[in-house]
Amino acid sequence: MRYVIIGNSIAAAGCIEGIRRADPDGPVTVVGREPYHVYSRPLISYLLLGKTSRERMLYRPADFYEKNGAALLAGKSAVKLDPAAHTVALDNGAELPYDRLLVSTGSRAFVPPIKGLDTVGGYHTFITVDDALALDRAADKSANVLIIGAGLIGLKCAEGILHKVRHVTVVDMAKQVLPSVLDEGGAAVLQKHIEAQGVELHLGVSIDSFDGKTMLTADGRRLPFDVLVVAAGVRPNVELVKDAGGAVNRGIVTDNCGRTSLPDVYAAGDCAESYDISLGGSRILALLPNAYMQGECAGDRMAGGDLTFDRAIPLNATSLWGLHMTTAGTYAGTDVLTTRGGTYKRLFYEDDLLKGFIIIGNVERTGIYTALIRNRTPLSTIDFELICEKPQLMAFSKAERARQLGGVQ
Amino acid sequence: MKRIYVNEQWCLGCHLCEYNCAFANSGAKDMARALMNVRINPRIRIEENNGICFAVACRHCTEPLCVKGCISGALSIRDGLICIDTDRCVSCYTCVLSCPYGAIMPSDGGPMQKCELCTKNALGVPACVTGCPNKAIVFEER
Repeated sequence: MRYVIIGNSIAAAGCIEGIRRADPDGPVTVVGREPYHVYSRPLISYLLLGKTSRERMLYRPADFYEKNGAALLAGKSAVKLDPAAHTVALDNGAELPYDRLLVSTGSRAFVPPIKGLDTVGGYHTFITVDDALALDRAADKSANVLIIGAGLIGLKCAEGILHKVRHVTVVDMAKQVLPSVLDEGGAAVLQKHIEAQGVELHLGVSIDSFDGKTMLTADGRRLPFDVLVVAAGVRPNVELVKDAGGAVNRGIVTDNCGRTSLPDVYAAGDCAESYDISLGGSRILALLPNAYMQGECAGDRMAGGDLTFDRAIPLNATSLWGLHMTTAGTYAGTDVLTTRGGTYKRLFYEDDLLKGFIIIGNVERTGIYTALIRNRTPLSTIDFELICEKPQLMAFSKAERARQLGGVQ
Repeated sequence: MKRIYVNEQWCLGCHLCEYNCAFANSGAKDMARALMNVRINPRIRIEENNGICFAVACRHCTEPLCVKGCISGALSIRDGLICIDTDRCVSCYTCVLSCPYGAIMPSDGGPMQKCELCTKNALGVPACVTGCPNKAIVFEER
């Protein structure tokens, strides 16, 4: 069996390891747009902070491809997929035949069409290591940096460069920071913390236009800057599958084995949708753990294994300037809010199930909450008061504890 | 693979496992000197409530969510043992959010720490097991 993987990030690494669960020998070819060994993209802000290095941010050891019998074609892109012929055409004219194909093409920065953007003289995005290095070169001690987007990418970018530059301003159309991750109350806690670091936030603001290195907002503010970063979201790279006639909604449609609607073509990671059990519907879960697990499952299936990926939920662990946050699931149903000891904690439950949570501050052991969502544990089978107090195995029955701590999962 | 298992009915709640863990991983030679006036940060933790108590440490899962979710690749499986490369850990806490047992936590120095079955310290066998006075924690193949 010949395997081809398009994309060389986390889902691809998961796929290689998944393939090797079931097939120790079949040749694997990985096509990666960036000329690098697989590295962790979420670490680019840590690279700017000096908390990691180019070497340490490699996601797998240097001998990863060799040890797994995989050939990396780095710096190459796939341009066309022919599902009938089972071939992929590359940008250098080569054609790769495959028996099983994984599309893990990820996503790209979305740059909204803003009037006058062409007068700025260039802008940055913050997705790849090259993006981070380019920003690092442009952002010196005297630079005023303006970031469009107070989502995870924009705020992690702000954290990464704040110490290197004169001033950082973040603008977002949403009325709160991390609009896709936090509720209003949690966002207020985080906002206060961010502003205490000296970052200037303009929230609930629409951008009207750019006039050279000045941003004009719809409500009349003029925000001058030296360096502009666009972190206004991402768009999934679905074209390869879409152009070949495969089913695509917002992301590439996959089943719980990672299969697309095209024969022998699988998809995983930020370009693909998965079934979110906390929501009860499919969506793109552009999160690293999801990319790995979806890729691993697809790889295992491509090689004839029987893994399934049927417990996906949104998961975010984030820290910003030392403040830790963990969130998971869907914020629906009844909620319990506590703010004990400086920790903001909101649990959401519905139909006897924990659906989601937002915790800012003391996040210790929150994986116990995540497991309740993932495993759809009926809340009636645990001590609800104890579990609301803090994440603890004490909330489970004695028999369940004996199973969890006395066996192998 | 041999793993740590907990027999809840035998746990006395004496917390010796926590002290033995902290000592074993301190690198010090003398327990009293290593732990005196120190707020210990062990990798095994006792939960107790209303007369019930039991120890919790890494289960070394065969499908470890912490490893699969680790954003830096710092967590890995070596011969069944879940290991952490503290050089590569950036303290993002994704593993804390992923572990169903709450068995991974920040070290005093910053990176995450977890039970590695005393394979990286001088003991080579789990100190919590050796020091448990009532065999409430055992190290065996199941």
